[in-house]
Amino acid sequence: MSRVIIVDDAAEAVADTPDGAVVLIGGFGSAGQPVELIEGLIESGAKDLTVVSNNAGNGDHGLAALIREGRVRRMICSFPRQSDSWCFDEKYRAGELELELVPQGNLAERIRAAGAGIGAFFTPTGYGTPLAEGKETREIDGRGHVLEYALAGDLALVAAHRADELGNLVYRKTARNFGPIMAAAATTTVVQVDEVVAVGSIDPEHVVTPCVYVDRVVPVTRTLAPTVAAGVAR
Amino acid sequence: MTTTSSTSALPTGIDRDALARQVAADIPAGSFVNLGIGLPTKVANFLAPDSGVMLHTENGMLGMGPEARAEEVDPDLVNAGKVAVSELPGASYFHHADSFAMMRGGHLDICVLGAYQVSARGDLANWHTGRPDDIPAVGGAMDLAIGARQTFVMMNLLSRDGRAKLVPECTYPLTGLQCVSRVYTDLAVFLIEPEGVVVRDLFGIEYDDLTALVDVPLVDGTGR
Repeated sequence: MSRVIIVDDAAEAVADTPDGAVVLIGGFGSAGQPVELIEGLIESGAKDLTVVSNNAGNGDHGLAALIREGRVRRMICSFPRQSDSWCFDEKYRAGELELELVPQGNLAERIRAAGAGIGAFFTPTGYGTPLAEGKETREIDGRGHVLEYALAGDLALVAAHRADELGNLVYRKTARNFGPIMAAAATTTVVQVDEVVAVGSIDPEHVVTPCVYVDRVVPVTRTLAPTVAAGVAR
Repeated sequence: MTTTSSTSALPTGIDRDALARQVAADIPAGSFVNLGIGLPTKVANFLAPDSGVMLHTENGMLGMGPEARAEEVDPDLVNAGKVAVSELPGASYFHHADSFAMMRGGHLDICVLGAYQVSARGDLANWHTGRPDDIPAVGGAMDLAIGARQTFVMMNLLSRDGRAKLVPECTYPLTGLQCVSRVYTDLAVFLIEPEGVVVRDLFGIEYDDLTALVDVPLVDGTGR
């Protein structure tokens, strides 16, 4: 893994994304969603994307805008339907977008497995439900388990709070969510941060994502979604 | 056994706050608890401040505090329903795979979930109506249902059309098999036990009237 590159422009940081790429996008609703990097991805023109993200966009910005622009062919997520997921709802109902629904813990563990070199795993989550239909099962310690495969990305877009110049990352509160596991699970990981600090400024004990997982860091000034600022996003 | 129409008024039972108070009273001090979106969130309002109950939220936090007041709203600090919340002293943050490992690994004592239906065996249906025009969304429901040591359900006993939601077999798509241990409803508290479905408490209804509403064999445990 080559050393991290600090890129000032979000669009430049994701400009080489090919059509058809599998893109892991961090965030839980708007918390930790790398909105500026997604806007850069829209600018790049990449299309036919498979996007892996917990939700399927909120309001009209970020992931919602990527979907509205028709760039996403397939969405792998746990909770697409929300009060403000109208961009997704419209494309889904029009049949312009495929949905693979995955229980949230299986989604997280599949991503973690990809970054950890684990090909697949058996989990009790989902056993006996419609979301396990057609999947291999096994009884382990008297309990039904379902085989779930690792889920890797060509590109991960992650929002962290702070990076040092080597790409060591610290997150903020519940905006951490999928960031650390997605950073590890993609061929190329691009991270937007509120600030870049000198090497040595982050206590090594506090580093959450070590720099080995990070390829590009983009300092951004965050624009908050109005729904979040008003505290009414549900 | 099922009565879907009656000339007499349906029993009213207890309201949502009183139901939340019932659940809160049954959560042992010091428990690690996850409260689902919707009605279960209300349980937090009735936990005694000195109970030491620590709330887990699936999006990577232990020690979650109450909903944030306007001036405290932080877009980086939300609960599973994406509502801005606060943090309590002793809180911790962790990534999503750890958060669900915590659940699946049996480290949470109790989770409280809403439901469309619960079967007499404790099967749970709470994520999808199954209607073809509905966009399905599962979130963490399946992980929570089978992960926590005990899964409590909170719901109205009867649907809007008067049918009991405690059923012999779920007809809605399943969330998990044999995972529910207690069902708190506006009319009664049910314990799902090896001997069957035990009625622990009644709220404004006689036992015989309850058995007429529910198409599941019941055991009267109200005198225990």
